[in-house]
Amino acid sequence: MYVRAYGKPKSIYGVFERKPGDPRTTHYCPGCGHGNVHKYIAEAIDDFGIQDRTILISPVGCAVFAYYYFDVGNVQAAHGRAPAVATAIKRARPDSIVISYQGDGDLAAIGGNEILHAANRGENITVFFINNAIYGMTGGQMAPTTLPGQITTTTPMGRAPEREGFPLRVSELLASLEGPTYIERVALFDNKSRMRARKAIRKAIQVQLEGRGFSLVEILSPCPTGWGMTPAQACEWIQKEMLRYFPLGVFKDVSATRPPVHTAASREAMPLPSVASPEDIFALLGLEGVESVSPPLMRETEIPARYRNPRIKVAGFGGQGVLFLGRLLAEAGMRQGYHVSWLPSYGPEMRGGTAHCHVTISTEPIASPLVSRPSVLIAMNQPSLERFEPEVIPGGLILYDSSLISTRPRRTDVETLPVPATQIADQLGGAKAANMVALGAYLGLTKVLPAESVIVTLERMVENRSLLELNVKSLQAGLDYVSAR
Amino acid sequence: MARVLMKGNEAAIIGAILAGCRSFYGYPITPASELAEAAARYFPLVGGTFLQAESEVAAINMVYGAAAAGERTMTASSGPGLSLMQEGISYLAGAELPAVIVDVMRGGPGLGNIAPEQSDYHQIVKGGGHGNYRTIVLAPNSVQEMCDLTMLAFELADRYRNPVIVLTDGFIGQMMEPVELPRTLARPSEKPWAVTGTAETRPNLITSIYLNPEELEAHIRRLEAKYAHAARHVVMYEKHRTEDAELIAIGYGIVSRVLKAAVEQARAEGLKVGLFRPITLWPFPSREISVMADWARCFLVVELSHGQLVEDVRLAVHGERPVKLYTRVGGIVPTAEELLEQIRKVSEENDVRASLRETEEYLWGV
Repeated sequence: MYVRAYGKPKSIYGVFERKPGDPRTTHYCPGCGHGNVHKYIAEAIDDFGIQDRTILISPVGCAVFAYYYFDVGNVQAAHGRAPAVATAIKRARPDSIVISYQGDGDLAAIGGNEILHAANRGENITVFFINNAIYGMTGGQMAPTTLPGQITTTTPMGRAPEREGFPLRVSELLASLEGPTYIERVALFDNKSRMRARKAIRKAIQVQLEGRGFSLVEILSPCPTGWGMTPAQACEWIQKEMLRYFPLGVFKDVSATRPPVHTAASREAMPLPSVASPEDIFALLGLEGVESVSPPLMRETEIPARYRNPRIKVAGFGGQGVLFLGRLLAEAGMRQGYHVSWLPSYGPEMRGGTAHCHVTISTEPIASPLVSRPSVLIAMNQPSLERFEPEVIPGGLILYDSSLISTRPRRTDVETLPVPATQIADQLGGAKAANMVALGAYLGLTKVLPAESVIVTLERMVENRSLLELNVKSLQAGLDYVSAR
Repeated sequence: MARVLMKGNEAAIIGAILAGCRSFYGYPITPASELAEAAARYFPLVGGTFLQAESEVAAINMVYGAAAAGERTMTASSGPGLSLMQEGISYLAGAELPAVIVDVMRGGPGLGNIAPEQSDYHQIVKGGGHGNYRTIVLAPNSVQEMCDLTMLAFELADRYRNPVIVLTDGFIGQMMEPVELPRTLARPSEKPWAVTGTAETRPNLITSIYLNPEELEAHIRRLEAKYAHAARHVVMYEKHRTEDAELIAIGYGIVSRVLKAAVEQARAEGLKVGLFRPITLWPFPSREISVMADWARCFLVVELSHGQLVEDVRLAVHGERPVKLYTRVGGIVPTAEELLEQIRKVSEENDVRASLRETEEYLWGV
């Protein structure tokens, strides 16, 4: 009778069926560190009882084939992007245990940005970072962790810091961030160091299991083939050369004090599973549709023929509320059951620029939302009038703010309506509401939309009470100005 | 009927939520930022995830992760961001992961500008990443379609396990129109292939590496079969007064809206003009265009790119009829009057060309 006290971890396949060739041996070279690290990870998965929950992300590099060996859920990622992939998997499946397994080229060179930001966000994932100071799989090129003087196929005379820079100390770098919870550097060169690595790997997974955030273990790992050494020489080289530049130790550990993050429970509390209908979703989003008055009312009796189906351009300085004026027209038009469109001029968010928008209100479906030949121009400043006056169709309408525009439109084949909008709004308590005075004047003249409908829309769009009052007063003043004319 | 006035970019997010999309990973860029902003506002309200990524490269790989985990997921950007995402799109296609990407096109190359262009056509429709793959490309031309086609995009992405791109422009993204809120919810289908961190999905593997050339060839053949199926079943287009048209104008996105106005004006002048709008840019409605070559004398392609769409039209027409091209680039959208002028010109020219061709045929005969 005997008890088997030592065996292959359950989370490593008994036979490597995904691997081409001999299914009993790995594809790793003799003396390579990947085998040790795979085993320690698998043992931890077994001991925590998380085999079903674990999702392993394999990188580009020799460990691209980690899925040959790990009997867990496997996702293979693009070069360097494993932390981004891991981020989304963990957020989509908060109950899973997500492990990103990366080499030094993958993590510290091409994936430098992804690891930095995943760590900084404190993603609740675990990263195992194999540092062997070289690109192993592609044949021994320089890595960001290659030591000064080290000969590689792309540093044939040895890495010169003045030419290739210095090796990156990833653990120290990431430990300087607030986000990460646990960061340790370990090495594989003798039994003692291997046991330390095994312990660190276990701890890193435990940190995630407890929902305490980002953990990373950097493992100084032998690559005898890439280094051109025997396995024994490789271990010695780690101890003698790599440790001098990459000291071992815990660089950050706040696992005892950091409260759990991104827990499954917090996500389940969200309403997703209970949502049953579009109405429920619209209610959650706070989206409220507007029931239109139907059928459309643009009848001959109400609106003079020349003002019907207007194609409007509203233009002025940024800050004069010309985009808002246009939106209000479109919203109110929609409320009245018309087809409407609103197209803004958009640009970099800069002060002092000009702004304009195209608004169409129509009884027919709108083909082009682009108003190149407006039937109505509402110009709130001089440059806008000058720029858009020639575009107005013969018989069209030019309404302009005569408080700010001193020169009259030159066109004689259009109707013009000067409105001292800024002056009127100023007297009411805010020159900013000049846009509403202009709108009131436009509605008063053309009757395109009933003022009540515009006011109801205004109430929906403006939350601030005093601003709303000013807007409504100004709109009314615009209407009065036209009727008193 | 209840309608909501909203921007095209916002409508796409509403469509995504109704399609059961529950995560958005993105990076800000004009003129697509409203997508990220709407997602940031709305996704948490329905139990979803919004995350502003550190780059478009990270964003598309987050999409890769969420898709691998079986979640309906999306991102959005504009040309420069899409260039950065191409690697990830290739991986999504290679690993057969469904995802939706919205491209709100702006001016290029390089930093270009933020005004509307359609110059991403080649990189999106032809596949800007490496390898033998295709993406299904939908081209909305209204705010309503931004909502509806984004919903459809998720269905197609799941059906074909492939990325689907909603290709639009700065105008369609930025403009506001009433949207009739859809009355149906799309229920994401079961994804037994996903890796979700459960016992049932433990044997699953998401990867795009096939080291053995024979295996990779078989994988690519499988993808090809999928694309062939899509090419037969997914083609969408709109025809407007093409039945008796002698000149057929072709354009998509904002151009098709302006073209429609120009076509109406041309008809009012007595010109027999029609409009054909591809809604799917891949698969391209080649057969429908080639059929129209039976009766149309000539085609006029209008695009906000320097001769990209026209290549597909010329392949479809196959030299049967002249295919004229009119372009504006740099962020300028042509006016209806400008396009009407082109329609007049091409109509006139076409008669001249037709008689020339007859002369040539005569000479060859001699």
